[in-house]
Amino acid sequence: MSKRNTTRLLVPLVAILLGFALGALVLIVTGRNPGAMFLAMFQGATGVNLKAGSFNPRYIGEFIIQSMPIMLSGLSVAFAFRTGLFNIGAEGQLIAGSVAATAVALWVEAPPVIHVLLVLLAAAVVGGLWGAIPGFLKARFNIHEVVITIMMNYLALFLNNWMVLYVFGSKDRIKTALFPATALLKDDALSALTNGSRLNWGFVPVLLSVLLFWFVIEKTTFGYSLRAVGFNKDGARYAGMRVERNMVLSMAIAGGFAGLAGAVLTTGTFNYGRFLPGAEGYGMDGIAVALVGGNGAFGVFFSALLFGMLKAAQPLMQSQGVPKEIASIIQASIVLFIAMSLGIETLISKLRKQKIEALGEEAGV
Amino acid sequence: MAFVIEMLDIDKSFPGIRANDHVTLQVEEGSIHALLGENGAGKSTLMSILFGLYQPDAGTIKVRGKEVRITDPNVANGLGIGMVHQHFKLVHNFTVTENIILGLEPRKGLVVDTRKAEKRVEELSQLYGLNVDPRAKIEDISVGMQQRVEILKMLYRDADILIFDEPTAVLTPQEIHELMGIMRRLVGEGKTVLLITHKLKEIKAVADTCTVLRRGRLIGTVPVAETSEEKMAEMMVGREVNFHVEKGPAAPGDVVLKLEGLNVKNAKGLLGVKDVNLEVRAGEILGLCGIDGNGQTELVKAITGLQPVESGRILLGGRDIAHLPVKRRLDLGLGHIPEDRHKHGLILDFRLDENFVVHDYMRRPYARAGVLDTRAIGAQAKKLIGEFDVRCGQGGATPTRSMSGGNQQKAIVAREIDRSPAALVVAQPTRGLDVGAIEYIHKRLVAERDKGKAILLVSLELDEILDLSDRIAVIYGGRIVGVLDAKATNENELGLLMSGSTNKVA
Repeated sequence: MSKRNTTRLLVPLVAILLGFALGALVLIVTGRNPGAMFLAMFQGATGVNLKAGSFNPRYIGEFIIQSMPIMLSGLSVAFAFRTGLFNIGAEGQLIAGSVAATAVALWVEAPPVIHVLLVLLAAAVVGGLWGAIPGFLKARFNIHEVVITIMMNYLALFLNNWMVLYVFGSKDRIKTALFPATALLKDDALSALTNGSRLNWGFVPVLLSVLLFWFVIEKTTFGYSLRAVGFNKDGARYAGMRVERNMVLSMAIAGGFAGLAGAVLTTGTFNYGRFLPGAEGYGMDGIAVALVGGNGAFGVFFSALLFGMLKAAQPLMQSQGVPKEIASIIQASIVLFIAMSLGIETLISKLRKQKIEALGEEAGV
Repeated sequence: MAFVIEMLDIDKSFPGIRANDHVTLQVEEGSIHALLGENGAGKSTLMSILFGLYQPDAGTIKVRGKEVRITDPNVANGLGIGMVHQHFKLVHNFTVTENIILGLEPRKGLVVDTRKAEKRVEELSQLYGLNVDPRAKIEDISVGMQQRVEILKMLYRDADILIFDEPTAVLTPQEIHELMGIMRRLVGEGKTVLLITHKLKEIKAVADTCTVLRRGRLIGTVPVAETSEEKMAEMMVGREVNFHVEKGPAAPGDVVLKLEGLNVKNAKGLLGVKDVNLEVRAGEILGLCGIDGNGQTELVKAITGLQPVESGRILLGGRDIAHLPVKRRLDLGLGHIPEDRHKHGLILDFRLDENFVVHDYMRRPYARAGVLDTRAIGAQAKKLIGEFDVRCGQGGATPTRSMSGGNQQKAIVAREIDRSPAALVVAQPTRGLDVGAIEYIHKRLVAERDKGKAILLVSLELDEILDLSDRIAVIYGGRIVGVLDAKATNENELGLLMSGSTNKVA
């Protein structure tokens, strides 16, 4: 049991190490110094510039900012996956959540804290509805959720742009009017604490979401039935569980997480609704985060931090003469190695066996 | 006589399991040699090694006295070793001949010389008394006939050592009888037969020698003529086994489960269950027997809510449940031991303790206010594991997938019997289980009956039906062709009804 568990933890760690090794290798082959890359990453995560011996907390703030939305979209993908559904639609659900957040921020007047809560609630509900639609279509008509969610990503994108241009009104055709202060997750105090980063209160709903995910999936009867459906639909049906209802609810909750990410972006990182020329990739990042995190709450937490760090380190890498695309190469190769987990497992068990045999020989067995 | 196959001191380990622990098997030429053992005893591993699917960790294999290394099944074929698998590997819309020559078609120029092949198949069929029409399509012939096609396939490839893997699981009593005749005929023509089975009766009827394995170890090789079924069972299980289900007379009460004019469609969209009327009373076991594929599966699924009903009523305690969701049926007092333990019975990726509460996880004591009580679930698991002797490495935390088939089945039976529903639908409760486990499950089913529960037992094993049932219904082509008193019937009568030859509605 313990061996199985360590292997389960070891596999993603090995995959991550291999990913970094491959990134470094690419740099070496192209005649650049991989050391600069690691320095940039270290600085991106801790704010400490080892070379200059200086510290700037702004980097920590930016690192957290980068991690927050992909943590939520990662939770979204992971939640659906635990019910056996592949949610490619976190991107669209996130955008739908942004639209709802913008609407409530602009159109609703409310006292400070309550306004923000309303914004978050609206984003989660609308994101949830956006996710429930493919869930319903899957449950009722057995239409594949992958197809529907991809199509709905485009629907959300163009709906957002139409809303920004013609419903919310945009003077510069890029963004809406600025939100009132009551609607914002943004806080100057937090920003000042991290030397002017965009750090905001968004981390509170994000962390609560991680805990909620863990509690619902691992501890509640509802999570139990979701997992049962995810593992074996026929078995769940035999046991008397409502498979179809669970699929819809699972997609709705997954959409809720992604929708929340929309609010965190719109009223935390920014303070206006944005015209989007194209998808921003939060949904795709969410798939990677969920995959590396093993579709568990805490796995998603750590893998989102990892990918957030890679994103935050990109500008730093560039300033040190390391192409920022290396970060994407590392991210992609980690996902690739995770997908090869079976191979890594075999590798680990082989190494273990060799070690045991070597020990045995030494002991003269 | 010389040994045609010698597997000496074979060792084979898989992670965590010693599947074969210094096993030796010596088979005399021209004999029928049975390989007996519980599930997970290592029979399949040993045969897979002989057939080249696995490599042994240690030990030697000799065929006709010469040491060989069987690296893959082609090598085995080259040595004249052939295998009839439990699940046939036939192309259904091909003819018998086309199936047999698949892979080594005789050619005449560029075209397949079917005529020549047909002639050869015909000759072989007559030589061994197989009675197979070389031009028939597989989909049009019976299961027993399909098995004979598999045998012909090996004979066509000049195999003279034939391995049969649980060959009688899918056959009717008459077909089993015929198969035994064929085996004897094969041996008479100088072939050697290796029979993998856990059915003692068949060994007694046909085998010359029997090798018994238990938990990967060789227990012994005995001449069948000098031993008894009881003795072999004891060797297999490691203790004395009681074959006969001890039960008193039934005391049937009110009708608990009643089917009225039930029609159910099968996977092909045709009626698989036709106008079925049945009654199961409190305190009785009604056995439903029939050849596989005659509507049993559809009937069970319709009763338990896994498949919609075309028309008709299913009354549970007088209430029509034909259109209720599964959960409501369970709550109204229905229980179900499903035929397919992996598809329905278990969530294989759950832990064992999680699998024990799949029906009642939302109720006290397993949950409070929507939150699971892992302690209560663990306690229930501990209770059932102990009571039903479910063997699992890590108690309730055992990953269900890692357990052996027999123990998975015990876990399902434990869960369903523990719920003690008013009507229990039991499909194939002991398939693939060893005699020890069968004995226990039978005892518990009878105990449920004696508690006044109504039990509908669906099984392909006639012995099981005859031993357990108080009344027996026979299904053929989706219809009930007879309902008989279990004490007043026998295998022959049932076999004839099952094959549709007679009709008797009592």
